[in-house]
Amino acid sequence: MFGYYLDLALHSLKRNKALTALMVLAIALGIGASMTTLTVLHVLSGDPLPGRSDMLYYPQIDPRDDSGILPGKEPPFQLTEIDGFNLLRAQRADRQALMTGGAVPIQPDSAAMDPFYVEARYTTADFFAMFGAPFHYGRGWSAADDEAKAREVVIGSELNERLFGGVNSVGRTLRVADSQFRIVGVLGNWAPSPHFYDLNTGSYGYAEQVFMPLQTALDLHVAHNGSTDCWGNGTGGVGRIYPSSSCVWMQFWVQLDTPAKAADYQEFLVHYSEQQKALGRFVKAPNVRLRNVMQWLAYWQVIPDDVRLQTWLAFGFLLVCLVNTVGLMLAKFLRRSAELSVRRALGASRRALFAQLLIESGVVGMVGGAGGLLLALLGLWVVRHRPSDYAALAHLDPAMLLTTFLLALGASLLAGLLPAWRACQVAPALQLKSN
Amino acid sequence: MTMHPILAALRKHKAGVVLIALQIALTLAIVCNAVFIIGQRIERVNRPTGLVENDLFLVTQQWVGAPSGDEPGGVAKLDTMQLEDLAALRNLPDVASVAPINTLPLLNSSWNGSMALQPGQELRQGQARTTYYFGDEQMLSTLGLRLVAGRGFTAGDVQHRGFRDTTSPAIVIVTRELADKLFPQGGAVGKTVYIDGSSSPTAIVGVVERLQVPSTGSWVNAFTWNATLVPTRLNANFSRYVVRAKPGRLDAAMRAVTPALYKVNPMRVLDDDSVRSFAEIRDRAYRADRGMAILMGVVCLILLCVTAAGIVGLTSFWVGQRHRQIGVRRALGARKVDILRYFQIENLLIAGAGVVIGVLLAVGLNLWLMSHYEMTRIPVPYVLTGVLAMLAIGQAAVFVPARRASNVPPVEATRAA
Repeated sequence: MFGYYLDLALHSLKRNKALTALMVLAIALGIGASMTTLTVLHVLSGDPLPGRSDMLYYPQIDPRDDSGILPGKEPPFQLTEIDGFNLLRAQRADRQALMTGGAVPIQPDSAAMDPFYVEARYTTADFFAMFGAPFHYGRGWSAADDEAKAREVVIGSELNERLFGGVNSVGRTLRVADSQFRIVGVLGNWAPSPHFYDLNTGSYGYAEQVFMPLQTALDLHVAHNGSTDCWGNGTGGVGRIYPSSSCVWMQFWVQLDTPAKAADYQEFLVHYSEQQKALGRFVKAPNVRLRNVMQWLAYWQVIPDDVRLQTWLAFGFLLVCLVNTVGLMLAKFLRRSAELSVRRALGASRRALFAQLLIESGVVGMVGGAGGLLLALLGLWVVRHRPSDYAALAHLDPAMLLTTFLLALGASLLAGLLPAWRACQVAPALQLKSN
Repeated sequence: MTMHPILAALRKHKAGVVLIALQIALTLAIVCNAVFIIGQRIERVNRPTGLVENDLFLVTQQWVGAPSGDEPGGVAKLDTMQLEDLAALRNLPDVASVAPINTLPLLNSSWNGSMALQPGQELRQGQARTTYYFGDEQMLSTLGLRLVAGRGFTAGDVQHRGFRDTTSPAIVIVTRELADKLFPQGGAVGKTVYIDGSSSPTAIVGVVERLQVPSTGSWVNAFTWNATLVPTRLNANFSRYVVRAKPGRLDAAMRAVTPALYKVNPMRVLDDDSVRSFAEIRDRAYRADRGMAILMGVVCLILLCVTAAGIVGLTSFWVGQRHRQIGVRRALGARKVDILRYFQIENLLIAGAGVVIGVLLAVGLNLWLMSHYEMTRIPVPYVLTGVLAMLAIGQAAVFVPARRASNVPPVEATRAA
C-alpha cells in the first residue's frame, strides 16, 4: 500500500508544480536557516572536555573589602596571588592548577627568523594531567620544578612546527623573554573550545603555544594578559606585578572525582574564608562558589547574545514557513475533495485516505529537508567565511545531520496533519453529485 | 458593496483564513522586531567617535629584550626608547602629528576607573565611571578633538610612569558628557576631582566636546562618552602611537612607519597587524553588528516573499474554487471591478485581522527580547510602518489572482462546476 500511496503522492505533486515548489522551498528555507543557527549554537555550547568536565571545578572566594567597583554579590571571577598559592599548596583536591595568561617573545637562534610574540599560559604542574592535554613528545614539568622556578617550557604543536619543522624538540633550548628555557614537552593538537579555563583571553579559537611554570613567569616579570581587578589602596608598580592580596588576576582549577569530594571542597573554601577573616585579611562573610566546567560556562554566558538571537529568529522564520505550508497543503488537499470522495465511495477508509495524504506531505518534507540540508551547508560555509573567532568551528556533525532530517520530516508531517484531517472529512460520494 | 457576502464566504474557509491571518501576524511580529534591531545596529555603527577619523592610524609595537616597567630604572630606559620612536615618527615627511597613546576608541582594550568629587570614594558612592586615554601634549591635535572649555595640555604638563603605576595625575581633560555628570551646574574647568578612590586631588583643566570609550561592548553603555585624557606617557615593553598623516598621504605615511621604527631600534616586533588605519579599526569593531544587520535584513526579505507567495497560493485556490459563483455574480450584473474589489476587500479583512494580532505579537516579542537581551522598547513608527507594509504586501499579492477572478466570463454560470 505504501508504494501505491507514494505513487499517488508523486502524481499529485507533479500536477501542480508551482504550488509544490513553493511548499518545498518554504520548508527548505525554514529548515536551512534553523539548522545553520542551531549548528552554530550547538558548536558554541559544546563541552570543551567531554568525559572530564564534570569533575573539574572552579573555586571562587571573596577577598574584597566593602568598597570596590566590582558589582553584585557574586565573588570575583578570579583569585588573588596570595589566595591562589594558599589554595594550591593546601592540596585539598585530587588535582589542582593555578594559572594566568600572557604573551611572551620567542627569540629564535637562527638569524633568519625575526623574534615574535606568542600567547602563553603560566601554570603549575597538574595542568596537563588535569585537563588531559595530550603530549606529542616529552611530558610536563613536576611540582618540584614549580617551586624551583625551573626554566622549562612545554610548547604547542603549532610553535614546534614553526620553529623545528615538527620534529621532536624535547631537550632543546629555546630563548623566551630573554631567558634560556629547556623544552620538556610538545603538545599534540589541543585547543579546548570554548577556552574554558580562562575566558578573559577570548572564548573561541584560542590556543596558547607556550606553557611555563607560573613561578618562573612571576620571577621573570613576563607580560600578563587578561582581566585584572583591584580594590582598596594597594597600588601596583615596582617590584611585583600586582599587589598580591588586593588584585584578582589568577585562575584556579581543581579536579574532584566524586560529588562528595566536591561538597567537602566547598566546605573547605568556607573554612578557608573564615580563617582568613579571623586573620583580618577578609572583611566579608564567606562568599564562595564551586562551579564545574559547564556551570562555569553557563555563568559566564559564553555564547554570544547575537548567536542566541539568530537562533530564535531562525525558528520564528521556520514557524512562518510551516504555517505557510499548512495553508498551501490545506488548499491542495481540499481541492481534491472530488477525487477523495470517489476513493471513499469505492471503499477506502478515512484512515487510508489520511495515510495517503500524510505520505504526500511527508514527501514534501523529505524533499524540503534535503533542500534545507543543502541550504544549511551553504549557510555554514558563509558562517565559516565570516570574520568571527568561532568561524572555523561551524561544521555539521552527524548528530546535527540526523537532527536536520528529523526536524524536516517532523515539521512537514506536522504541517500535513491538519490539512489531511480536514480533507478526510469528506462524505463518500457527496462530491459526485455535483458532477 | 456590503460586507455581508464577504464575511459569509470567509466563514466557509475558516481554516484557510486563520492560517493566512496567523502567517501575516507572525511575519509582522518578526519583521518589526528584526527591522528594529537592524535600525539599532545601524545607529550604533554610525555614531561618531569624536575623532577626526580621516588620515588617522595607529601603530602598536613591542620591544624584545627591553627592561621591565616593573623594575626601578626600567621605566626611565623605556621612556627614552619611546621618545626616540616619537622623534623618528614626527620626522617622517608625510606625518602631520604623532602622540603616544594607550588605546583608541573602538579598539576594545581599555583602562577604566571612576571619578569622584570627594577623596577616598569609589564608584559605589554614585559618581561617574570613566575610561582613561594616556598621551602627551600632541594627543588632542592628533586625535582631532574639539576643546570646548579650558586649555589643552602643554609640554610642561606631560609626565611619564610605569604602565602599572596607578599614581593619580595632577591634571586631566574630560569629555563634556563626563563634566556634565560630575558638575551638572557647569563650570568643570578648574574643579578638583579624585580618581579611582584616591586621596590625592586632580584638577580638570579642559573639556572636549566628545570622545568615545574604547570598548564597544554592552557593558560600557552606561559610560560610552565618559572619557578622561591624562597627560602621561605610559612606559611598558610595548607602546602605541597614534599618527595623523598629512591630508591624503595616509598610505604613504603608513608604509614609512615600519622601516623608520626598525631604523631606530631593530629589537622589536612589528607585524602585519601593527600599523592599522582607523578605518580598519572601525571596520573590525563593528563587523559583528554589520553581519547581524545583513542577516536580519535577508531573513526579513525572504520572510516577506514567503508570506506573499502564500497569499498568492491560497487566493489562487479560492478563485479556482469559486469559479462558478463568480460567473453567477457576473451574470447577475456584477462588473469586473466589483469582482476585483471583492477579493481585495476580502484580503484587507484577513490582513487587517492578521496585523491586529501581529501588533500584539510584535509588542510581546519586543518585551520578551527586552527581558532577555540588550534591547529597548520598540518605537511606534516601526510598528506602524510594519502594519502598512504588511497591508500593502497583502494587496499586491492578491492582485494577480483577483484579476484572474475578474476575468471569469459570465457564461461560467451556465456551466457545470
